[in-house]
Amino acid sequence: MQLYDMPDERGHFGPYGGIFVAETLVEALEELRQMYEKYRHDPEFLAEFAHDLKHFVGRPSPIYHAKRWSDKVGGAQIYLKREDLNHTGAHKVNNTVGQALLAKRMGKPRVIAETGAGQHGVATATIAARLGLECVVYMGSEDVKRQAPNVYRMKLLGATVVPVESGSKTLKDALNEAMRDWVTNIENTFYIIGTVAGPHPYPMMVRDFQAVIGVEAKIQMNEIVGRQPDAVIACVGGGSNAMGIFYPYINEAGVKLIGVEAAGHGLETGKHAAPLTANSAVGVLHGNRTYLMQDEDGQIIETHSISAGLDYPGVGPEHAWLKDIKRAEYVAITDDEAMAAFHSLCRTEGIIPALESSHALAYAEKLAKTMSPDQIILVNLSGRGDKDMNTVAQLSGITL
Amino acid sequence: MSRIQTTFATLKQSGKKALIPFITAGDPHPDQTVAMLHGLVKAGADLIELGVPFSDPMADGPVIQRASERALVHKVGLRKVLALVKEFRQQDNKTPIVLMGYANPIEAMGVEMFADAAKDAGIDGILTVDYPPEESTAFNALLKARDIDPVFLLSPTTDKSRVDIIVNQASGFIYYVSLKGVTGSKNLDIVEVADRVAAIRTQTDLPIGVGFGVRDAETAKAVAGVADAIVVGSRMVQEVEKSTADNVVVNLMALTAELRAAIDA
Repeated sequence: MQLYDMPDERGHFGPYGGIFVAETLVEALEELRQMYEKYRHDPEFLAEFAHDLKHFVGRPSPIYHAKRWSDKVGGAQIYLKREDLNHTGAHKVNNTVGQALLAKRMGKPRVIAETGAGQHGVATATIAARLGLECVVYMGSEDVKRQAPNVYRMKLLGATVVPVESGSKTLKDALNEAMRDWVTNIENTFYIIGTVAGPHPYPMMVRDFQAVIGVEAKIQMNEIVGRQPDAVIACVGGGSNAMGIFYPYINEAGVKLIGVEAAGHGLETGKHAAPLTANSAVGVLHGNRTYLMQDEDGQIIETHSISAGLDYPGVGPEHAWLKDIKRAEYVAITDDEAMAAFHSLCRTEGIIPALESSHALAYAEKLAKTMSPDQIILVNLSGRGDKDMNTVAQLSGITL
Repeated sequence: MSRIQTTFATLKQSGKKALIPFITAGDPHPDQTVAMLHGLVKAGADLIELGVPFSDPMADGPVIQRASERALVHKVGLRKVLALVKEFRQQDNKTPIVLMGYANPIEAMGVEMFADAAKDAGIDGILTVDYPPEESTAFNALLKARDIDPVFLLSPTTDKSRVDIIVNQASGFIYYVSLKGVTGSKNLDIVEVADRVAAIRTQTDLPIGVGFGVRDAETAKAVAGVADAIVVGSRMVQEVEKSTADNVVVNLMALTAELRAAIDA
């Protein structure tokens, strides 16, 4: 089997990815590409990254056998990669540590970020505080209202949170606004993108920083059960936690890779955030070519998911490629199914998962039932659900 | 010769500079776009840049973003924009129209179908903001095969070797972005612009337009001293924004005439 080697020089994953930006951004991306090429294999840089992941983030994150939950579900054994135990509560911090260390090496005193639910914003503000970098986070004004506790966390960490009033006032608009800031302040600013989207080299760089998840998982599965899982499942919004755990498994043909998108109110309603599963048209947004939720005029349409972290109209270009070459399979889980899995894990295992990760759990439940007890599913539990208390309480008619 | 080439050649003969106002199609209402285009020409525009509304205009500042949003309220998409230009062409077969927009609406329509439709509508040039030359070679060939000019941006950060790559694919004219940032930013430095334009001239014979910071008659006049064309975007759109349906054409004409006078002085 030919080993997987993507992307090409200009960030293409087959027909996807690339660098689709205004000329004003080209030079900054070229500088970033060159610096990343310089440091991605640099032993000193990698040692510093590994040191911070261990001592600041708390890695390696454990793999936990959800035995009671597996028994309750019936079928395959379900193991959880516990990214929820990381500092700041999700996988996002792996990437922000990597990019912030790169920013420091590039001599950029200011970092900016976009955020939806606020997890990437918090992770960026956190590492910025630790490294003494100025930090500005762009967040859709709708999300600022919905995610007040995370907004406050970012402020506590010394970041400036800028509410974005344009467009649909959500994640995609925050990304547009962060790009506008970057193009205006290129000399002193590093843009820390939170997912495996955006123009090259972001999809590759974010994947590489997140790949620590899969690298650890392969070692840990070997230690715990002496073999690799039959299936690896992760939720996909932009797709960074999924790429992180998938990437080291791509050449392991025996391991099924399954990405779970947000079906929202149901694919048939159009109110979802599942461009891969729904086979949306391919287009260009935020600097790369990928599957995109759009209308017949090519305008990007508003998405819906109960979890703000999956509420994005596009998807990382590498996922688009993995779908086309059939190396990964993409499915979608509705709001209701995710909520059911959320409650089930809380009660059975004493783990409160993030609503994003609950989508992966819900599909694991479905799949496990079709498998035998000697088979193994590994779920990337990408984040903890503390941030979702308000959303969950509201659904139950409770005001906190 | 294409309409764009003819326009620049004629201006050069009479020692004049091209005035290129920008408006967004469908802003404030699609019923007014054609009248606005005719008004701009009457008041002294040599070429018009017409913005194609897009939901995610990443390279634009707040003024032009809002123009897109106002047009999108009326569902003005690429097909409608082409229909408006076709209507404009019924009475004006001389003034070049350059569409400025983003790649996704074009890809949604299909690049070949779009190129045919643009030709049919009487479009002269296309500036696709997020199609750098490396990602748009095939598209540019489709346009050139139909005598439509692919227009490209050059920025203050574009280095010399990259200028070569871009001018090799470009035709019609080159659009030099006079400052770092999004459309409508401040502080155009005329000395720096003059240096850059002079440097670009050593690499291409194409006419050079300057924009992204021309906000009044004074800057327009200064830019006219160094460039072949002056592009006025956010300032025009601001005029649209503060006008009413009744006076938008008159106000745009007054502003255009003022800029024209400053450039010709």
